[in-house]
Amino acid sequence: MPIRRLLRHRLFVTGLSLFLLVVVAAIAAEWIASHNPTRMNMRLRFTAPGDPRFLLGTDAFGRDILARLAHGAQVSLRIGVMVVVFTGVFGTLFGALSGYFRRLDNPIMRVMDAFMAFPAIMLAIAIAAALGPSELNVVIALAAVYTPRTARIVRASALVVREAEFVQAARVAGAGDTRILLGHVLPNSLAPLIVQLTFIFAYSVLAEAVLSFLGVGPAPPTPTWGNMIADGRNFIREAPWITLMPGIAISITVLGLNLLGDGLRDVLDPRMKVTSS
Amino acid sequence: MTRYIIHRLASAVLVVFLVTIISFSVMSLVPGDPASVVAGANATPDEIEAIRVQLGLHLPYHVRLVDWVLGLFQGDLGRSILLQRSVAEAVAERLPVTIALSIYAMTLTLALGVSLGVLAAVRQNSWVDQLCMTVALLGVSLPNVWLAILFVMFFSVYLGWFPTGGYVPFEQDAFRALVALTLPAIALALTQIGLLARMARSSMLEVLRQDYVQTARAKGLPRWSVVGKHALKNVMIPLVTVFGIILSLSLSGTVVIETVFSLPGMGRLIVNAIQRRDYPVIQGGLLLTASALVMVNLAVDLLYAWLDPRVRYAD
Repeated sequence: MPIRRLLRHRLFVTGLSLFLLVVVAAIAAEWIASHNPTRMNMRLRFTAPGDPRFLLGTDAFGRDILARLAHGAQVSLRIGVMVVVFTGVFGTLFGALSGYFRRLDNPIMRVMDAFMAFPAIMLAIAIAAALGPSELNVVIALAAVYTPRTARIVRASALVVREAEFVQAARVAGAGDTRILLGHVLPNSLAPLIVQLTFIFAYSVLAEAVLSFLGVGPAPPTPTWGNMIADGRNFIREAPWITLMPGIAISITVLGLNLLGDGLRDVLDPRMKVTSS
Repeated sequence: MTRYIIHRLASAVLVVFLVTIISFSVMSLVPGDPASVVAGANATPDEIEAIRVQLGLHLPYHVRLVDWVLGLFQGDLGRSILLQRSVAEAVAERLPVTIALSIYAMTLTLALGVSLGVLAAVRQNSWVDQLCMTVALLGVSLPNVWLAILFVMFFSVYLGWFPTGGYVPFEQDAFRALVALTLPAIALALTQIGLLARMARSSMLEVLRQDYVQTARAKGLPRWSVVGKHALKNVMIPLVTVFGIILSLSLSGTVVIETVFSLPGMGRLIVNAIQRRDYPVIQGGLLLTASALVMVNLAVDLLYAWLDPRVRYAD
């Protein structure tokens, strides 16, 4: 991978820094916040940010917001990583099969089209609600929604690669389908796939907030950023920081991931260039 | 063109068929018993069983699916368990709100998204470009639930410029209806504005590099004429293809926005139904929304093929 070119891309580096900040916060959650994120203390509720014991303040139950943010980062990143893995595996599988084998193309892609016909969040809420509120179910719901979008991208590159001269040459030389799929189709769809998965990571973080806000995310008292926004909403007049903090955390994460995705696209997949040169 | 139309029409029919099965299955194939939710927490097993029989839930999955699809062919979407009315009535009641909100938001999206993108491209690498693209990036990065709540806090509670929520029917008072929908529409449109601005910019940059634009410039046409007349037309064509995606995103957004602003629209209807396991409403709501989007995408594809004949032969 052209790592040096990436590291010279200013926006990519900005995005990487923002994202690493969140990763570090998640890994170091226990050290950053000495408080237990779910321990309530009604006498200390609505402590404003800046208090030496509670740097970012406390919520309506006197729980430490910094601790909840750091633990919420773990949830969001876990969900993001799992959605990316599921989506990457199944999207690649369906996309490559569909693009490479003509006969499978129509059946697979029409099913993908059907899943994509639903507004993403609407279908995700329905699946997550049907399965019950848990972290894994949020992952399944989001993977079901984003896999078709990934399959479509992999299919597009598979279609191009299948007709490429070097693949014809490999076939003439006696390479079988499996070998061509693994050795040529997959490596050549990697660049757009990586870019797409970065954006799917970002969507997943945003979607977690929506699902939790609507009560179909990971069940309380698990601190998630979406739960925190939903909780804070009722106290927004007397304690706006309860709502403000998790939103800022989500924004930093998603902004970082979007910049990473833009940078990766500029360097790995220059045809799809979006940001300035 | 006829071949292309037939081909696209056939896929759309197949996709709608699959959409029907998915809409039905989402709430049916998974654990969670609607009968016990409907019966309430204190119901005895006998009462739950009675409700299950009354709702037809004791029948096997495939029997219920066939029943439902046969009903659809007669224009019957089923009856809501909780709302004391048919799904069609419930949808008809809520649809105008979502349509009004979506049209408002889509208008903002198209106007602002395209202008930001075009402005950024024309002033590429200047501070104008950076400002436009920063706004666009924030649009796609900030969570819309959160922004909506902050908007209510700042513009409605603190400044008092807008109502905090609620819906005013247009036929009652068109002006107040617009005012009431303004904040929700802005909150709803921001993501899509960001997305469209980024696409419009890269599309415009591509067009500005083309020979005919260089020629137009070289022969001394004023800048606004080159951009506004020659380039813009060709920027709009690729943007037509993303209309379906943007509408779909916008409908995803209505789920959240209608909840935060307590608007009685389709998004709110479906969320309420999901939370309370009112599965006939969920099935009907999902089916209608997705089918409408399939139709829009079909129309977009046909329009695009008509505008750009190269597309017809690509498939």
